Amino acid sequence: MKTLRWGLIDLLVVVYALVPVLWIVSLSLKTPATLTDGKFIPQEWTLEHYRAIFSTDMFLRALVNSIGIALIATAIAVVLGMLAAYAIARLSFPGKRVLVGLSLLIAMFPQISLISPLFDIERQLGLFDTWAGLIIPYVTFALPLAIYTLSAFFRQIPWELEKAAQMDGATQAQAFRRVIVPLAAPGVFTTAILVFIFAWNDFLFAISLTSTERSRTVPATLSFFTGASQFEDPTGAISAAAVVITIPVVLFVLFFQRRIVAGLTSGAVKG
Amino acid sequence: MKQEEWRLAWLLCAPAVIVMVAVTAWPIVYSVWLSLQRADLKFPQQQEFVGLENYATVLSNDYWWTAFGITLFITVVSVAIELVLGMALALVMHRTLVARGLVRTATLIPYGIVTVVAAFSWRFAWTPKTGYLAEAFAQGAPLTERASALAVIILAEVWKTTPFMALLLMAGLALVPDDLLKAAAMDGAGWWQRFTKVMLPAMKPAILVALLFRTLDAFRIFDNIFVLTAGANETSSVSMLTYNNLIKGLNLGIGSTMSVLIFLAVAAIAFLFVKIFGAAAPGSDDGGRR
Repeated sequence: MKTLRWGLIDLLVVVYALVPVLWIVSLSLKTPATLTDGKFIPQEWTLEHYRAIFSTDMFLRALVNSIGIALIATAIAVVLGMLAAYAIARLSFPGKRVLVGLSLLIAMFPQISLISPLFDIERQLGLFDTWAGLIIPYVTFALPLAIYTLSAFFRQIPWELEKAAQMDGATQAQAFRRVIVPLAAPGVFTTAILVFIFAWNDFLFAISLTSTERSRTVPATLSFFTGASQFEDPTGAISAAAVVITIPVVLFVLFFQRRIVAGLTSGAVKG
Repeated sequence: MKQEEWRLAWLLCAPAVIVMVAVTAWPIVYSVWLSLQRADLKFPQQQEFVGLENYATVLSNDYWWTAFGITLFITVVSVAIELVLGMALALVMHRTLVARGLVRTATLIPYGIVTVVAAFSWRFAWTPKTGYLAEAFAQGAPLTERASALAVIILAEVWKTTPFMALLLMAGLALVPDDLLKAAAMDGAGWWQRFTKVMLPAMKPAILVALLFRTLDAFRIFDNIFVLTAGANETSSVSMLTYNNLIKGLNLGIGSTMSVLIFLAVAAIAFLFVKIFGAAAPGSDDGGRR
């Protein structure tokens, strides 16, 4: 009886989480004629919308921009975050509280406040509408997340093992590579996923600091989809593109659920 | 030895600190300077120092106050709903006997999904003829009327961010001592009493962190409004209004003034949280705490 009750509650949660996602999948598979039938499940199926978006430069270019920018921003943020998190987790030094406070401040910073100055500064520096112009703010706003999550993970590593390995005859470099790196890797990986999701999701910077296909990412491009001609309804194309950029997120979540939960909760509460 | 450790620590933190300060502190200072100028990119030669004129313009403008009110309204309502729903969801994730992994995986999807994608899903769902929700529940076009459009915006916001709230609360739930709950149950405390007298006090720090994060996050609402209504029918948030003045209107002076005002509003909210909840607020803890 208890199991049944929990089963029903769980089902409710799953439906809550999945219905909007399934709806956009459904829209992306409907034929143009049935797009406006208002039915949740497609009556006629087609892959036409996917074919259409992948045959345009606009979407492919945006996809490349999205992937490239998110990957580079993730790599930089994780490396810089690792250095700082190592110091926070293992060393004691004056200014540590200031650093933690600063990260917190930036995590809560209203990003729109940066749009006007960044827009102007980037235009003057020639960074406007370039990959670097988006990577820089992404790294900045991902750093607090990276530092928090990584320092929480680093604190749980039994660092004494490094000394133990050296006692057993390993050199310092060997001890670090064979003992510490494998222990730290899951935390670093989790952080990378969280940072990637953050950069992948951004819309405000993407739409304000770009003006052409050169560096516009998919979320920003979606709002410019108008269909092949102005008489064509872009609903199907937008839905198909939306599904494509949702796939990586769903895959991450499916495979690394446990780690993402651990990363989010440790970073946010243990500070 | 100690000095060496300090130097190493500072060296390790330096790159992160430099990036964070260079990309936030400097532009904010620049933004304050811009806000004191007449700076319209359509008339670049007319740029000049105008003191607080921009502030007077914005603060005496009805659009600004409407947007400000809307932003506060959306923030308060959606965070309140999220707290209740998030608590329920956290309890489910924490206590469920079956399929715990499945439930957690499912809840992470709204958290991870691109906000713009989710917003389009809601927009199409409430579009007359196209949408299953519009066909079932609405007469007319809900996104073109102010009250119903705001309701849809809040719905989209709540759907997307409740899981994040729930995860933060779940971390707090893990801190509730089990024996205390058992002892309370032995003493005859009912479910509701155990929840309010044992669980909530133990979870207070987690609840505060979750509320603070989400309040400041909700106050920045932009993506959902951009896609759902584009700010039509007086549904603009302050972020939306700033964006329109800046990117569409190319008015750097006014845009920067709004930026500074939003920054001050966010600082005030954060300050209020810390003031009201005192030592329990994040940031007042030492970084070394586990």
